[in-house]
Amino acid sequence: MSSEAVKAPRRHYLNESYSARSWLLTTDHKRIGILYLLSITFFFIIGGLAATIVRLELMTPEGDLVQAETYNKLFTLHGVAMVFLFLVPSIPAVLGNFLIPLMVGARDMAFPKLNLASWYVFSIAGLFVLYVTFAGGVDTGWTFYAPYSSTYSNTHVMATGLGVFVAGFSSIMTAINIIVTVHKMRAPGLTWHRMPLFVWSLYATSLIIILGTPVLAITILLIAAERAFQVGIFDPRLGGDPVLFQHLFWFYSHPAVYIMILPGMGVVSEIISCFSRKRPFGYTFIAYSSLAIAVFGFLVWGHHMFVSGQSVYAGLVFSLLSFSVAIPSAVKVFNWTATLYKGSISFETPMLYALGFIGLFTLGGLTGMYVATLAVDVHVHDTYFVIAHFHYIMVGGMVMAYLGGIHYWWPKMTGRMYPEGWARFSAILIFVGFNLTFFPQYILGYLGMPRRYHVYPEEFQVLNVMSSAGASILAIGYFFPLTYLLWSLKYGKEAPSNPWKATGLEWQTGSPPPAHNFHGQPVVKHEAYDYEALVPQEEPQPEREEVKVG
Amino acid sequence: MNTEIQFQPEQASTLAPRVDALYYYLTGVSVFMTLLIATLIVFFAIRYRRGNKVDRSPLDLRYQKWMEVIWIAVPLVIVLSFFGWGAWLYLEQARPPLGALEIQVTGKQWMWKFQHPQGNSEINDLHVPVGRPIKLTMISEDVIHSMYFPAFRVKHDVLPGRYTGLWFEATRTGQYHLFCAEYCGAGHAVMKGTVTVMEPSDYEAWLSGRVPDQTPVEAGKALFEEMRCASCHQGGGTQGRGPSLVNLFGKEVRLKDGRTVIANEEYLRESILTPAAKVVVGYEPIMPTFQGQISEEGVRDLIAYIKSLAESAPTGEEP
Repeated sequence: MSSEAVKAPRRHYLNESYSARSWLLTTDHKRIGILYLLSITFFFIIGGLAATIVRLELMTPEGDLVQAETYNKLFTLHGVAMVFLFLVPSIPAVLGNFLIPLMVGARDMAFPKLNLASWYVFSIAGLFVLYVTFAGGVDTGWTFYAPYSSTYSNTHVMATGLGVFVAGFSSIMTAINIIVTVHKMRAPGLTWHRMPLFVWSLYATSLIIILGTPVLAITILLIAAERAFQVGIFDPRLGGDPVLFQHLFWFYSHPAVYIMILPGMGVVSEIISCFSRKRPFGYTFIAYSSLAIAVFGFLVWGHHMFVSGQSVYAGLVFSLLSFSVAIPSAVKVFNWTATLYKGSISFETPMLYALGFIGLFTLGGLTGMYVATLAVDVHVHDTYFVIAHFHYIMVGGMVMAYLGGIHYWWPKMTGRMYPEGWARFSAILIFVGFNLTFFPQYILGYLGMPRRYHVYPEEFQVLNVMSSAGASILAIGYFFPLTYLLWSLKYGKEAPSNPWKATGLEWQTGSPPPAHNFHGQPVVKHEAYDYEALVPQEEPQPEREEVKVG
Repeated sequence: MNTEIQFQPEQASTLAPRVDALYYYLTGVSVFMTLLIATLIVFFAIRYRRGNKVDRSPLDLRYQKWMEVIWIAVPLVIVLSFFGWGAWLYLEQARPPLGALEIQVTGKQWMWKFQHPQGNSEINDLHVPVGRPIKLTMISEDVIHSMYFPAFRVKHDVLPGRYTGLWFEATRTGQYHLFCAEYCGAGHAVMKGTVTVMEPSDYEAWLSGRVPDQTPVEAGKALFEEMRCASCHQGGGTQGRGPSLVNLFGKEVRLKDGRTVIANEEYLRESILTPAAKVVVGYEPIMPTFQGQISEEGVRDLIAYIKSLAESAPTGEEP
């Protein structure tokens, strides 16, 4: 305890108790959020190391650093760890767990024990994946396409499948908690249309998790049945249909893309509004576009299968429906941009991440148009174009939003400020490194370089070297926050309760919050982003005088 | 290291310039939208930075609804144009023109086998004539593969247990890549080769310069005899234990359960491998399965032979 600045040590959720038991058996949503933060950071590092070796191997056209078998296991580990153990739980399980009860003015989640159970279930899933990694790996790709996964691969498919299966249950538990908490535990006066947009987006995300994840579980069980008992489901030699696997897999995994990006959109809505000092333009449009994305997201899975042998007419329908998702996404981008208009904008680190998010998400979304367009997708499907597209959404979008959110709420979570200069510097480094890594991959993909190749024709080398060089900048960019955030725990400035002068209920309690979040029941009398009414304006505001003149 | 960067692969098929045109339309719209958003963000960020004295009077919210309507409607029209253009080309890709030269493709871990109608076969490399539509009929022996010709802008998955197809018409002689695009295991990245587009006369010379194996029809006939298919399917007008195969291909077949099916490749393949699935009216399900006894290439040869029985039927030739 470095508490020389604290006059009377204030009791909060972190200093209630220091025992390991008090952490491992906690039912406090804030502590569970921290447990998740530690777990997913670990898997982010594992997935990142796998990606590092992949990028190093691709520096040359030959397979010189690793051979095919190892390479295939590395990109599989990268995909499985990043998708199931980092991106899906990232914002919902860390920031969602920490913030949803605070934002709705509740003492905890609706089911605190279920919440703790979800972390243990997640840890079991993580142990499966770790076991597989050390026992020799799995080489099916994170997509597990049958019949390769069900009959042909002789790597650890079953254990990985079990890991993914179990991880699904932990996200279902978190989602149930979020939905029930939002329905039943909102503070008096907090009507649906007064809720922060972050809560709206996590509510929509939770709906997708609950409706989609069971289908993934079923699909994995069917793979297991075919692999273990030769029940013919996907392998034609046993009487199965391999395209059926793709329908089932993408019925979950396309909505899963929205599980991964919607929470990021929620974070960005909060940050843009706070650092522009303005109510988000088109609040209701942003809120309902999240629900629209959740609904449309379930109707577009067949756009992963334009060349798979599904009916040509199914292809036409799925293409048309895929474009329908573009509209609510575009609505969000336009509304965020319009929020800046006539704002009072400052550029702290979270804002840099949020502005970077808008740019990268726009590029990722627009290239989504290419792959939704039938004839163009026929050419770029399963090439690096697709890799670049979804990394713009998942890394350029979701990871930027996640880091923005971590910085934004870091003072609330830890009671310490992060070092602003370092943080701004690494935000810019990550933006530059990211573009250098993934923009060349769009060109590589259009040139025709297929994904999952460890050796490739020589003419692709320049762009691959550029991409690997960018990846090294990106890696350094990620290393900085890891270091200075840890540093700030001991040496960071003490955080006030509302360092950003933001409006949410979470800022009206201490940093870090007391174990029971609020002293007394908060009552909401204003809409979510009423800066005039909710944030005390200590300093003279030059723009207010301007208002009178204009 | 070759440091020259290309931005598009060679255009070597009738389809390639048409796909590229759509790609450049998409790119034009994307560049415009990206610049629009980026410019607005930078402009607002500078003009409305905190401390800058500018007009921040409250927005006139009367227009807000109209702005939302505009930025829903305009993108909607644009994406519908993407959809229509892409769908039009996709439908053309899906329909091979009549009279296309049909080449049989078998994919397996980790090689491609091509069988030309004249009997020549090749591994991983493919030779085709320029200016003539080529139709590939493809099947896999094991897992899913995907046949991809970047220079022709075509790709289609190759499935086990089922025929799929793609077609292209090469417009420029030369050598181009041919890749497996669907991850299929350890040798995925080496399951590739070269497609050589030749002048038709060179193609003929190439065909005759290589020792042709049996044509598929001949091979099919030999297999038909080896498997003693004729003991039931002896054809002609006489009622054997199995239905006649003469003049069968492409015709409607009435089944025992009242359905009718067209006797196409898929039906014949199923009837060889799982005969009990669709039994012809008037016959008993007594045929044994040939699953696992005949390779995919063998099945294809048999189908080629049965096809030839339909083409030569008017001359009265008996099997």
